[in-house]
Amino acid sequence: MADATADLAGASPAKLTTADGRPLKSALARAQAKARRRAFLLVLPLLLFIVLTFILPIGQMLHRSIFNDGFAANMPQLTQWFVDNPVGTEPDESAYAALAADLKSAAEAKTIGVVGTRVNYEMSGTRSLFTSTGRKAKNFEPPYMQAVLEADDKWADPQLWGTMRQVSDAYTANFFLAAVDLARDTEGKIVQAPEDRRVYVMLFERTFLIAGLITFLCLLLGFPIAHLLATLPLRYSNLLMILVLLPFWTSLLVRTTSWIVLLQGQGVVNNTLVATGILTDDTRIQMIYNQMGTIIAMTHILLPFMILPLYSVMRPIPPSYVRAARSLGASSWTAFRRIYLPQTLPGIGAGALLVFILGVGYYITPALVGGASGQLISNLIAFHMQDSLNWSLAAAIAAVLLAAVLVLYWLYDRLIGIDNLKLG
Amino acid sequence: MADTRADGFVVFDHVQKSYDGETLVVKDLNLDIAKGEFLTMLGPSGSGKTTCLMMLAGFETATHGEIKLDGKPINTVPPHKRGIGMVFQNYALFPHMTVGENLGFPLEVRGMGKSDREAKIKRALDMVQMGAFINRRPAQLSGGQQQRIALARALVFDPQLVLMDEPLGALDKQLREHMQFEIKHLHDSLGITVVYVTHDQGEALTMSDRIAVFNDGRIQQLAPPSELYERPKNSFVAGFIGENNKLLGVVEDIADGRALVRLPTGELIDATPVNVARKGQKTLVSVRPERVEYKPELLPEGAHTLEAEVMEFIYMGDIFRTRVRVAGSDDFVMKSRNTLGQRVLQPGEKIRIGWAPEDARALDPL
Ligand SMILES: Nc1ncnc2c1ncn2[C@@H]1O[C@H](COP(=O)(O)OP(=O)(O)OP(=O)(O)O)[C@@H](O)[C@H]1O
Ligand SMILES: [Mg+2]
Repeated sequence: MADATADLAGASPAKLTTADGRPLKSALARAQAKARRRAFLLVLPLLLFIVLTFILPIGQMLHRSIFNDGFAANMPQLTQWFVDNPVGTEPDESAYAALAADLKSAAEAKTIGVVGTRVNYEMSGTRSLFTSTGRKAKNFEPPYMQAVLEADDKWADPQLWGTMRQVSDAYTANFFLAAVDLARDTEGKIVQAPEDRRVYVMLFERTFLIAGLITFLCLLLGFPIAHLLATLPLRYSNLLMILVLLPFWTSLLVRTTSWIVLLQGQGVVNNTLVATGILTDDTRIQMIYNQMGTIIAMTHILLPFMILPLYSVMRPIPPSYVRAARSLGASSWTAFRRIYLPQTLPGIGAGALLVFILGVGYYITPALVGGASGQLISNLIAFHMQDSLNWSLAAAIAAVLLAAVLVLYWLYDRLIGIDNLKLG
Repeated sequence: MADTRADGFVVFDHVQKSYDGETLVVKDLNLDIAKGEFLTMLGPSGSGKTTCLMMLAGFETATHGEIKLDGKPINTVPPHKRGIGMVFQNYALFPHMTVGENLGFPLEVRGMGKSDREAKIKRALDMVQMGAFINRRPAQLSGGQQQRIALARALVFDPQLVLMDEPLGALDKQLREHMQFEIKHLHDSLGITVVYVTHDQGEALTMSDRIAVFNDGRIQQLAPPSELYERPKNSFVAGFIGENNKLLGVVEDIADGRALVRLPTGELIDATPVNVARKGQKTLVSVRPERVEYKPELLPEGAHTLEAEVMEFIYMGDIFRTRVRVAGSDDFVMKSRNTLGQRVLQPGEKIRIGWAPEDARALDPL
């Protein structure tokens, strides 16, 4: 130790060493690496959990939105023909031979429905063509062109061949195009989807609009309550807090049922309004099973997500700030706007972001009380997952939604700064 | 100047305050504060000092009585129209604004133009020697620096009256003493009226023109520092300000502004009657430690003395502090200056102590 001190005192900037003579820097690095490894082991279970239950499924979903081998996997020969022949080649005998062979084997493997469904996504009314021709495929004799066309002359349709060429590529952007109401024509150019099939953009717009409206309503209703919570004496604020958290503690079905009881045409609210003479029997307002139902119920459910971050930001703001502002000559409104409000911005940001993102993806409430006009994009995703079984399209819509939310998050970061976010 | 109740710039007239409608936190407060005066409200925790200040600033309403500012009743004037500068204990600097913006705020809400504003901000910052910090945020300042900014902000719009609620409470001793000096200096040079709240008696004694000692919602005594220290009106004030010795006894005789008090041990002492008027009354005699003498030649003619036994002698540098047993209790303290030839008393030594009658005050028994 004595010579170490001598080293330090000496003119040359000697390297620091540990007691056993190793350089201090590397010893320190080794000790820190060990601590880091141990810390990593601690978070490993969570990491695995997140990877397994979150990252992998999302990755898979994203992959599914651009990958669908329903056609390519089951129609290998025709797929090969599309590869060998450039776009615009008239389907010749070899093409029909490949088609006939693929139809036959697909029919035998009972995957012809999958193929038909895949083509049907892009061009409606084609699924039955595949299944019916598939049934006849085992009797096809050369020349195949004639045989196939005899089975069904719809096979001569150039649009069908164009579509088949598109779907023969397992990797496709078509689902994303469909998710924003676009489609490809026979030449592969991107065009607007037919008018009667344009629903997604409208639904996206509606979803964002309603989520925005709900966010605004939550802020409007939540701000005063959060302020009250933050300033009331503890025994009152505890009671109020319970009321605020009540939506969390009641079952969704109970809540929804009570909304139905309250809001339906013959419900409590309407009856009260009629009884007090504000409405008459034939001007009863339909407040459920439409957009209004979605908005009312979701505002109620998402309100705590606005109130809690606001509350956690407001609680530590001492009343002396507003008092100082008042003593400096600010009216109560100015003091609120210039002093109090800016300090609650992190809470407003966090609450708004939370409510908006939750609102954009909300599924169960609109499904239960939204009726037709109150359906949101998530209900459509669910429809494609459960009813139409077009998982690729569902995945593409979900991915668009995810992207929109991420853009929003990024915007928020640019405008307010994520480090200003205060969730509680 | 101060103790003449000049023009009553601020007047509390029979003011009462209750938060819950049951207990009075401020009971019948009457107080005249002259223009340019430095008045300190001093008192133990919970005695109602902050409440008085808040009523003056307009954040609490008096439940009874009237508060006047410059001759006009202000009970119904909202806080932002009172034009009173205020320094809070935690400074209350707006965290989302820079120092410059903090100072600009009161000018801005008064609709002052940008160039006027900048000139005033600069002047106020220079006043507290913080000109270089104009672009910092409050969080980037030390406690003492924040304190100065809070002071500058309370002064920047030229208020006639500035209220300070324990502004130095969060600072360390040295900085606190320095800031006391600076605040006092600003008060003198600007000619503003200051109402200052503290529970540090040293601070109150060094800074104030007059001190109002609060206890239990009442002003116990309102007087300049020297009078407060030397002529406390009651035993609370005597006990609260400075160190003092208390002797319980009964008035034996009272005549010509002199009282003779008999202690329970039978000994007699001299005192000046303050809160006693008749023979036979119980009283608490209060004597400052530095006024107690044990050298007979320094005592006035005919003064009564008490027998005392030295219990402890503490050398404190500039003074000696001697604890003696007197009249059955052993917490009687005397202080003597470390002058040339001052004797070091030994524990166990028997001495006789006494004081001039005017240095002992016969107060109400607590
Ligand atoms: N907002 C309030 N509601 C109810 N009671 C209050 C309120 N503010 C103060 N009090 C009570 O009024 C009394 C006086 O309080 P005040 O704050 O004026 O004391 P203080 O003299 O400033 O004390 P400290 O030196 O501790 O600051 C205390 O008993 C306190 O509990
Ligand atoms: Mg106080």
